Parts: sequence; structure tokens; C-alpha cells
Amino acid sequence: MRWRTDPLLCAEHLTMRFGGLTAVSDLSFVVGRGDITALIGPNGAGKTTVFNCITGFYKPTEGRLAFARQGIADPDDVATLTLSGRRSARMRNGELYLLERMPDHEIAWRARVARTFQNIRLFSGMTVLENLIVAQHNPLMLASGMSLLGIIGVGPYRAREREAVQKATYWLDRIGLIDRADDPAGELPYGAQRRLEIVRAMCTEPTLLCLDEPAAGLNPKESSELNALLRMIRDEHGTSILLIEHDMSVVMEISDHVVVLDYGVKISDGAPDEVRNDPKVIAAYLGVDDEADVESVVAEVTR
Amino acid sequence: MAAAKPDGVAGFLSAASIRQSMLAALVAAGLAFPILALRAEPDLDNHLVLINRWPLLAWAAAIVFVGHQLAQIPQIGRALKWLLFGVGVLMVGSLIVSALRADFPIYGRLLLAALALTTGGTALAFAAPFDDAHPFAARQRALRAIVAKVAIPLGLLALFAFPLVMLAALGPAGSLKWINNYGVQILIYVMLGWGLNIVVGLAGLLDLGYVAFYAVGAYAYALLSTTFGLSFWICLPLAGVLAAFWGVILGFPVLRLRGDYLAIVTLAFGEIIRIVLINWTDVTNGNAGLSSIPRITFFGAPFTASDNGFAAMFGLEFSPIHRTIFLFYLILCLALLTNVVTLRLRRLPIGRAWEALREDEIACRSLGINTTNTKLTAFALGAMFGGFAGSFFAVRQGFVNPDSFTFMESATILAIVVLGGMGSQVGVAFAAAAMIGGTEILRELDLLKAIFGPDFDPAQYRMLIFGFAMVAMMIWKPRGLVSTRSPSIFLKERKAVAGALVGEGHG
Repeated sequence: MRWRTDPLLCAEHLTMRFGGLTAVSDLSFVVGRGDITALIGPNGAGKTTVFNCITGFYKPTEGRLAFARQGIADPDDVATLTLSGRRSARMRNGELYLLERMPDHEIAWRARVARTFQNIRLFSGMTVLENLIVAQHNPLMLASGMSLLGIIGVGPYRAREREAVQKATYWLDRIGLIDRADDPAGELPYGAQRRLEIVRAMCTEPTLLCLDEPAAGLNPKESSELNALLRMIRDEHGTSILLIEHDMSVVMEISDHVVVLDYGVKISDGAPDEVRNDPKVIAAYLGVDDEADVESVVAEVTR
Repeated sequence: MAAAKPDGVAGFLSAASIRQSMLAALVAAGLAFPILALRAEPDLDNHLVLINRWPLLAWAAAIVFVGHQLAQIPQIGRALKWLLFGVGVLMVGSLIVSALRADFPIYGRLLLAALALTTGGTALAFAAPFDDAHPFAARQRALRAIVAKVAIPLGLLALFAFPLVMLAALGPAGSLKWINNYGVQILIYVMLGWGLNIVVGLAGLLDLGYVAFYAVGAYAYALLSTTFGLSFWICLPLAGVLAAFWGVILGFPVLRLRGDYLAIVTLAFGEIIRIVLINWTDVTNGNAGLSSIPRITFFGAPFTASDNGFAAMFGLEFSPIHRTIFLFYLILCLALLTNVVTLRLRRLPIGRAWEALREDEIACRSLGINTTNTKLTAFALGAMFGGFAGSFFAVRQGFVNPDSFTFMESATILAIVVLGGMGSQVGVAFAAAAMIGGTEILRELDLLKAIFGPDFDPAQYRMLIFGFAMVAMMIWKPRGLVSTRSPSIFLKERKAVAGALVGEGHG
């Protein structure tokens, strides 16, 4: 129930139009701090569009994405920030960000929202270790004095780089890829690439981790390893997770909160058990056309 | 190197392969028809008449047919690779032999022998066409490791000794060609190649107008020194800053463009700069160019016969070669500076961000990398080194005009980067030596005269031979001379990344 009491991200009236097509329509939902939130729905429901709006790859046509990174946001503070025209502000309860106003790299670096992609996007010609070091670009860039100090070899860069390698080794240990640290990322098997992409995102030290179909193409064993990894990320690192997933075994097993989209509209929102038994969700997944049919399906299911 | 097995190999003299060969011959005949079969010549009345040369066309088609058939035999393919490799080694060898025949003292021969050994060893280590399964492949890898350790200090030593040894061996008049035409000329292109390598090889942004920054650097020195009387050492950084500034100016509008679109706009930018230089006559003196640019001085001492000149200062007999040697060391240091800076940047976050950008721009943005700034720094730094090289060019020539900054120059520099293997510093240096030195060597290869008769003028065919060499490269080493990528950091062991995995950038 944390999404009711301690919201991390409040999406309000989120709408995304591409020309005449409305991919997401007036969508409001909340991601709770410390929750694993699943965003599910049939193909083409607009889930990835929501992701792209949250991570700044799309600028939403309408709506507000208030991200309270450190504490519960006061609604008055959100309203003040919205009216001020600024992107973010430090409030009494910590930093508050309006993600819809921020460019993608600022969202990753300032607001600390990291993401993975449906089609894996590793730097395949770079080694596994390099992938994780690139993910720590911004702190290392500061340590190297925006390259100016680094180039002449003064400043804390060397030490910071060693720390970055340590962090990378920690994560590689957790996903069992430490022996392949010096191999090109493109040579890894598919399941390992998925895990590497997740820990690469974790190396940016995110507050919210957005995973676009992390279990796609994984076998049952890899799927259960993924569940364990995601739980570990939430429990040991306190990172909230928002994931898109089609694999219901993953969704039902690990999520604390499920939001269901269909044709860009939210049709259900709640704990996994509530959603599982929601007739609208069943209808959407079974593909029923009109209200009357929905009722008949509901009758069938609840019988 | 994997066995390059062309698609659709059908076997020697099989029906399918004969059909393919006939098609190839037909294409060759079609292409050669306007060039070989028809020739317009003036007759006695000075009217142009068309002469048919059908046998020539038939020969061309027949050669293609036979060649295509022979290529179906797998052994022939490999033999051809070795033949090509052999021809390359032979060319270098014959150059060295012809140099040895000249009246060289012993240390000159020693230097040449060291150069030949280094070149040969490196060529064998990196370019010899062994298959991975070939028993020699392991030894080749071992040789590569040795060469990687030894070649660089040895090569550097040879480079620093080169002008002095040449001077001692051939005297001021004889060594001028070697230091100037080979040494300085190649080093300019090595530096330009290294500069462009930042933009194209590391950041993966295809820049077809790099010569614009070379021009900015050259004109910056020419104008600053003639107008304000500033010395070279003040103009050099200023030229770099100005070129970097223009790099950013170019960078901003093209940030959103990728691939072909980026290439076209950078090409246009190169042309715009050249056309501005031609037409802004008040400042640039148009096509006539700027002359009487102050020549290089030895930290204030001019290279003249006067009392305060370099020769008098060191009690030497005056010779114009002193200036050339100084220029050689200057460009060597500038090129090495480019190299050191690039190598260091590769190990800094900015360099890793460039390479990540080349691999996947969207992933970069999701990791909080500001791709705008990353691209702009790549453009600016690449342009800065182009500007340094440009101001060196101006101080060396003493004269600049827009003709030196045509698209051909950009194409040559880009060819050096692509030929060297995108992102590889050593590869680019070798490619520059091969491209610039190679075309020069072809001018004076007596070997070719021995084969084709005394009337054969290799200089006329050098671009043709060069074209063949480039086509051969594209077939057998499409990722350039050094096709692997060396990781910028490692945990236990530095393993080279195969070229096939490394992205080429999308703009």
C-alpha cells in the first residue's frame, strides 16, 4: 500500500499524441517508494510510450510527472513548482522534479531515473566492465575536472576510477559475470546481456529503475534469477522499480502494485490479487469488444 | 583474418560459376566499352575521328572471365592475398634497396635496415593474411605482442634520428627530399588523421569537411602573423582555438543529423569555408592567396645566413636544410601531442563517452550522458588539432591559397582514418605512411620500369595502382589495417575486441 501513502512518482493526466493517434490518454497513476510496480497491458497499449515519457525520450503532450526523490511531496509544493515554470526545486521534504520538463540525460543524472530497453541496448563493442564504467560517466566526469585535470593527471580522478571499478565488480559479482568482465558485451549470451543492462542502469545509482520487459526471451531458470535480482535491488539498495512485463509469473510473483493499460487508458490499478480478478483486465486480455460482452465474461469468471 | 569466401562460390568450371563469370565479363565489357573500345583522335585535318579498339575490349572481358574462374579455386584466393602482401613488401624492399645502392655510409644503412625490420615485423604481425586456423596464426599473435612492446619505442627512436641520419648520409641537398617530401609530408597527414580519428573513429561522426578546420588554422596563422606580427608560438594556440570555435559552430547545427545527412552537411561546410576564402578578397586576397607569411624561427633566431641566424648562433655553416629539419621536429612533436592527448582522453570519461556514443546514442542518453556536449567536444577537439596542423602548413609553405583546401584533402584524410581502422592510433599512422608515402614511392619505383619497359612512367599510374590497393583492402580488410579495438580499461587482462562487434557510428 506504499503507493497510497508514500508516492515517489505521481503521473497525472499524462497524454501523448502522435499526430492524430493518441497513444496514452489522460493516464494517472502512482509509483510507490520502495515498491516494485508493474505496468502491464496487451500489445500496443502504450506502456513503452509511458516509459519514454517518464525517462524524457518523449515530451508528453499533456500532463504532469511529479517525482519526489527524497520524501513525500507536499501538494502545495508541487503546485508552486508547476506554476514557477522551473524544472526542479529543493523543498522541505527533499528535491522535487517535474520530469516532463526535463531532457532525458538530466532525468537520468539529476532526478535519478534509470531505464533499460525492450531491445537490449548495450555498448556491444565495449567490454562488460567498460559498459559499467560508462554508466558512471557523470561522477567520473566531475572527478576528472571535466577532463581538464584528468588530461594532465592531477586531481582525484584515478582514485574515483578505482572506486568505479569496485562498484562495477560488486555488480558483476551479483549477476555472476565477473569472469567475463574483460569480454565484449556483444559476445555475452542473451540472458546475461539482459542482466548486464539492468546492472548498468543500477551503476547510475537510480532512485527509480524502469525496466522494459526484462524477462522477455528468458527461460524459466533465468526468469527466477531475474526475480531474485530485482528483489535484491529493491531490498538492499532501496531502489524503486517500475517494470513493463508480459510474463505474468514474474509480474504476479514480485510486484507490489500493478497498473493495467489498454488502448492508452488505465483500466485497473491495485495489488496483484485485485488486478488478477478484475473483470476489465480479463476482458482486455481475452479481447472482448463491448460492455455487454464484458459483463458476460465477468459472469463467467466469477461463477 | 577469416577466409574471405565470396558469396556464391560455385566451384571451378562448374556451370553455375561459368554463368557467373560470363556475367562478370559482361559487366566488365559494359564498363570498359566507353573507355577501351572507343577512342577519339584527331586526324591529319585536325578533325576528331572515332577509332574502334574492339580487341582491347575483348581482352578485358577475357581477363575478367578467366580471373573470375580462377577466383573460384579457394587456394587461389589465398595465394592472391599473399601476392598482394608480397607486392607491398617488395615495394618497401625495393625502395630500401634503391636507397642502399645510393652512396650510403654504414649508419645510414643501419637505420634503413632498422626501419625495414620494424616495418616488415609490424606488417607481418598485423597485416599478413593468415587464417585464424593457420598454424602461424598463434605465432602471428605472439609476434603482435612483441611488436606492440618493441615497435613503438624503436619507431619513435628511428623517427627522431631520421632527419639527422639522412643529413649525415646524403648531405643537405640529397636529404631534403627525404625529410621534406616523406618525413614532413607524411607527419602532417598522420596528425590530420589522428585529429579526424577523434571525430570519426572515436565518436563515430562522419565528417567529410575536416579540411575546413585545416584551412581555418592555416589562414588564422597567415592573417594573425601578417596583420599583427604575432609569432608562430602565439599564433599556434590561437589557430587551434579558432578552429575549435569553428568546430563548435559546425557542431551545433548538425547535432540532430545522423549518417548520410551529417556527412552531406559537413561536406557542404568544408566547401563553404573554401568558397568564403576565395570570395572574401578584402581579407583573404581570394584565389591569389596570402604570401610572404613569416617563416618559422628557432625560438627567435631566423633560419637565414645573417649574423643573428640559427646557423651563426650554433656556429654551423648556413644551409636551408636546417629549417626543414626544424619543421620536421616541430610537426613530429605536434603529431605526438595529438596522439598523447587522444590516448589519454580515451582513458577519461569523455573518451569513453565518445566511444559509447558511437556504439549507441540512445543508451548514452539513458545513462545521463549529455550527448550534445559530448559531440561538440569531439568536433571541437578534432577541429583544434586540424587547426594546429593548418598553422604548421602555413608556416611551412609561407604561402596559403584556397586550392590547398579542396574536398580531395578531406577525402584523403578520411581515407587514412578508414584505412587505418577506425579508432586505432597505430593503424592511422601506418595508413598515412602508406597513403602519402606510397603515392610518393610510386613516383620513383624503378622496379615497375623494369617490368613495363623504360617508357613506363609510374607517376601517371600511381592513382590507379592506389585505387586497386584500396579495393583490395576493402575486400580483405574492410575494417582497416587494425580492425580490433583495444579496451580503455580492464580488470584482469586486456583483450582486443573484434572489429565485427564494434559499432561504426550512425552520424
